[in-house]
Amino acid sequence: MTTTTTATAETVLDARGVTMRFGGLTAVKNVDLTVRSGEIVGLIGPNGAGKTTFFNCLTGLYIPTEGEVRYKGTVLPPKSYKVTAAGIARTFQNIRLFNNMTVLENVLVGRHTRTKEGLWSALLRLPSFGRAEQASRERAMELLEFIGLDHKAEHLARNLPYGEQRKLEIARALASDPGLILLDEPTAGMNPQETRTTEELIFAIRDKGIAVLVIEHDMRFIFNLCDRVACLVQGEKLIEGTATEVQSDERVVAAYLGEPFEGAPGAEEVAEVEAAEASQTAEATETPETPEAAEAAEATETAEAPETAQVTETTEAHSTTSTDGEAK
Amino acid sequence: MTTITADTAKTTAADTGFIAIPEKTARLLATAGGILTVISCFLSWTWTAAFPGDLTVYGYPGGLQWLVLIGGALTTVFGLASYGIKGLRWLTPAGADAALKLAALAAFATAWYTIITITVTLGGVVNLEPGGYIVAVVTLLALTGALALPFERPALDAPDPDDTPWEQRKHHLGNTWTTVKAALATDTPRPARTLPAWAEILLIAAVLAVTLGVFTYGITTPYQELFLGFLITAGFGFAALNKAGLLARFTALTAKHRNVALVGAFAAAAAFPLTQTDDQYATLGVNILIFATVALGLNIVVGLTGLLDLGYVAFLGVGAYTAALVSGSPNSPFGVHLPFWAAILLGAAASMVFGVLIGAPTLRLRGDYLAIVTLGFGEIFRISMNNLDGVSGPDLTNGPNGIAGVPNVDLFGFDFGANHTIAGFTVGRFANYFLLMLLVTLIVIMVFRRSAESRIGRAWVAIREDETAAEAMGINGFRVKLVAFALGATLAGLAGAVQAHVNYTVTPDQYVFANAVPPNSAFLLAAVVLGGMGTISGPLVGGALLFMIPNKLQFLGEYQLLVFGIALVILMRLRPEGLIPNRRNQLELRADLEAPTVLGKTGV
Repeated sequence: MTTTTTATAETVLDARGVTMRFGGLTAVKNVDLTVRSGEIVGLIGPNGAGKTTFFNCLTGLYIPTEGEVRYKGTVLPPKSYKVTAAGIARTFQNIRLFNNMTVLENVLVGRHTRTKEGLWSALLRLPSFGRAEQASRERAMELLEFIGLDHKAEHLARNLPYGEQRKLEIARALASDPGLILLDEPTAGMNPQETRTTEELIFAIRDKGIAVLVIEHDMRFIFNLCDRVACLVQGEKLIEGTATEVQSDERVVAAYLGEPFEGAPGAEEVAEVEAAEASQTAEATETPETPEAAEAAEATETAEAPETAQVTETTEAHSTTSTDGEAK
Repeated sequence: MTTITADTAKTTAADTGFIAIPEKTARLLATAGGILTVISCFLSWTWTAAFPGDLTVYGYPGGLQWLVLIGGALTTVFGLASYGIKGLRWLTPAGADAALKLAALAAFATAWYTIITITVTLGGVVNLEPGGYIVAVVTLLALTGALALPFERPALDAPDPDDTPWEQRKHHLGNTWTTVKAALATDTPRPARTLPAWAEILLIAAVLAVTLGVFTYGITTPYQELFLGFLITAGFGFAALNKAGLLARFTALTAKHRNVALVGAFAAAAAFPLTQTDDQYATLGVNILIFATVALGLNIVVGLTGLLDLGYVAFLGVGAYTAALVSGSPNSPFGVHLPFWAAILLGAAASMVFGVLIGAPTLRLRGDYLAIVTLGFGEIFRISMNNLDGVSGPDLTNGPNGIAGVPNVDLFGFDFGANHTIAGFTVGRFANYFLLMLLVTLIVIMVFRRSAESRIGRAWVAIREDETAAEAMGINGFRVKLVAFALGATLAGLAGAVQAHVNYTVTPDQYVFANAVPPNSAFLLAAVVLGGMGTISGPLVGGALLFMIPNKLQFLGEYQLLVFGIALVILMRLRPEGLIPNRRNQLELRADLEAPTVLGKTGV
């Protein structure tokens, strides 16, 4: 849709050989990814592929077991607040707003790294305190105007409808004046209309000169939006390229939908599949949907261990990604 | 007189009260009952002055009669207001019926409590004068009338006939509870008429004066019966005013004129010792103030930052011990006598250092782990102080005997131990300390307010809401929490330095985790939760109540903690957000917001 000249653009994010292991489970394996300024890069992959874990490695929530992440040439510190201070902001897959704070306060919290006044200045109420507070408020209101929530500045975050909460999370992330923003499934649970507005919002963010790295499952959304797309499967980067390249790649299709079955399905195979499905529903706490089932089935193929053990492991990978942060 | 107001007219025929009396009769009964209650308070209730607070005099109420009189007056006023009389409508912005019910309940409960206590104490109903019977009957009439007032009945589910009898009983109880809540439901408050600023300020001053009066009355109640009566009347009366919508209106006013309200409250509190002629209640006053101030300091840690600190009283102890050690006490091994301003600063600084020392290792933990570790550190402090007696360790604190004989504060030539006459009022020792402590309280309030409304305050609240997200927003969680912890400790140290001088003696036993009498960590935490987390007035009110109740109700003896626990459970069940809810709750309940949301357990 909008291709930028990548030759002259500066590399904002440079992840090299990022590997993340949780005990025996390798959630992310040797992933390289670069994001250049003014670029929107998409990260796709089936559930449990390690996308959010990779995000957490980038933002300092996890410390990668191997590999390094550079932001504009400097290696990122292993603390999430330092990463934010360096210039990478993020949103969360499951919305993590400060529910009992107002919309404006949420954005003001996002300004934390870009403001300096400390406890003494607050207690003594020096003139500089008033000025800094005023400037923060103005900047926060600007951002709320940008996402179209300025009329709800005094509302509690928890009272916002779902779509607006997602937007507010983006505004909160933008408040730290990032050079790169990481969006973790920004349109999850949105209707097509809301997805459209989010798409426009992300373009507007890009036009502000902020590079965007976005995880998403909505393929239409991602292929419309992104200059480049990387596909992560089983913790490994399968392919990286333009939307059309990725879209037409057989391995990507296989990862999502499974290998086309060759040969006639005999009664034997049908029984086998049914048995596998039954054991899966018994093992897995969350009932896997079709792509997940395909993925789990694929996991069984690559594994040497007995089938049941593999399924449990895949489920574990699911839970680690969904409860990111807490693990830390 | 019998014009029916808009808010009563909308109730349909199906909406009945608890008792089957026509609405007009019921309303008349309640209002007339209120008036008669007031009158009956001027009668003699018992023949002998053996019952405390002379209730024998015709024409002049005494003791508990005053409380019943106030209940009756409230009933009358709300009853008249429910008729929609012009001049009284401002009294009930959120509808009069619920308030009327509670006011009638206040009068009834207090009156019957009095009558029953007289009967029990003096041995038989024979001790009652006709006035006693009259007041019992008229308060009952008023209550009957109030309860017969119709209200919008909630839709109830019938219990499942297949359930066990126990389940069905539970279901019935739940239904009854829903009905009771519906009976006390209020309308959406009418918008307030805007008054000129001076009138609003005058109104604030008047309310603060009344509040001072109520508090002073509570503190100075000379016998237990009166204090219990006071609690009953104040509890139901407070609830009635709340249901009438008056408290919300007052809160809105104070939010509008914050500084005026603060100065007014300060002036009202400063007037308290002037109303006292002897030191007995001033002592109670100063101890309440110390306790409430420490609770407010704890509110920074618990209410704003969300760190459950179960060893907070140790910081009060550090401040007290430091100040006592440098005060020139004969037990102090240092033998120095620093001026008070230096002692209090040193106490605060020592507390801060301890706060950082204890906070640095513990604040890496979250939630329950932090609570347990702070509890441990609190006990470590007490045990250390017990053992630094020259036998088990270096002689520093004189062990369990503590540091006694802390001299009185002498600040710039003003001796706090002596009586002073200021503008015709004699201000005794405890009154002096009360005023000194009030200054400390003011400092703590300012620190709380200013820090809460700043970048660091927002960071605290963000940490409380979601620590991971807060860190991802660039907040150095550990550092910000440490600042909160150290600040809370410092404020407790300030109060501790005053406490050492007020009580003459500092012993390790004063700083335990749980005890029957405050201050201790458990009570401090209870004061914060009971009063309202994250607010300024909440811990002050909660602290005052929690200090007064064990002091006044000595007869409970060993059962004090049990009763206290039960009361706390009931209160948390009925009002989980605390007595004075957070500003955010009001924001949530404001009419122009989307949908009202369910409050969290913490009430913030």
